[in-house]
Amino acid sequence: MHIIINILSVSCLLMGLIFFIGGAVGIMRMPDFYSRLHPAGKLDTLGIFTMVAGLVIYNFHHLSLGVVLLSIKMFLIVFFVFLASPTATHSIVDAGMRAGLRPWTKKKEKE
Amino acid sequence: MPQKENKKKQAGFFSFIITFVFMFATWIILSGYFEPLLLGLGVISSLAIAWFFHDLLFAGATVQDTRVFLRFCQYAPWLILEIIKANFHLLFLVFHPRMHQLIDPHIIQFQTGLKSNIAITTLANAITLTPGTVTITANAEGGFRVHAIDRQSAEGLPGVMRDRVAQVFGENR
Repeated sequence: MHIIINILSVSCLLMGLIFFIGGAVGIMRMPDFYSRLHPAGKLDTLGIFTMVAGLVIYNFHHLSLGVVLLSIKMFLIVFFVFLASPTATHSIVDAGMRAGLRPWTKKKEKE
Repeated sequence: MPQKENKKKQAGFFSFIITFVFMFATWIILSGYFEPLLLGLGVISSLAIAWFFHDLLFAGATVQDTRVFLRFCQYAPWLILEIIKANFHLLFLVFHPRMHQLIDPHIIQFQTGLKSNIAITTLANAITLTPGTVTITANAEGGFRVHAIDRQSAEGLPGVMRDRVAQVFGENR
């Protein structure tokens, strides 16, 4: 039983790590301001979801009421990130639009 | 007129109850103690907050709105599934060696026909949460401008997601 819990939680944590690395690499590789926000704002949300899920699964080693409440609290973090992350991304995009920054498109490069 | 007044009072009472339940559940989850003294203190402070702020958090909530909440609970797992699928697509794009040929950033505009503020907000949030698309602007008439990273992320757009949100808030064309 302990081995199964360990395997599940470690694989969830590794998934989260891959998502976070993908987010960081994406910020470097994307061509412009707007497309950089896609990996920056979004891969993090699923990254934090899988990471917290992994930690919650690890909690199941010694199940009690306090541990269940702790797990709910940890999922509250995910909930607030899911609310706050799109809002922050949108306000950054809006700032770029108001400043008049043109999005990068493929056609422009061909010309 | 008196009937309207009565309805308003009922709605106020319902939002009071909802706020109280919400506050007390938060108290229990965050405290984790089940001694009578602490539970009693929680009841008192939840009652006080519900009394002062019931017209702020769930203003004008009625019994019919619980149906919206239940439909929202059905919609949330679908949204999470969409987020996971789209996340893997974006992860594939990010690590692809020829990424610059695969992506095609462009802006699409569409009219959703959604009326209420909460539906427009939910749809804008859902679009931004799904990787590959970011809401740039959303106006009060339900018009959206969305920045999409490639053609594949954009093609699903106003379609299924709009219908889901419209169904949750009972807004069919």
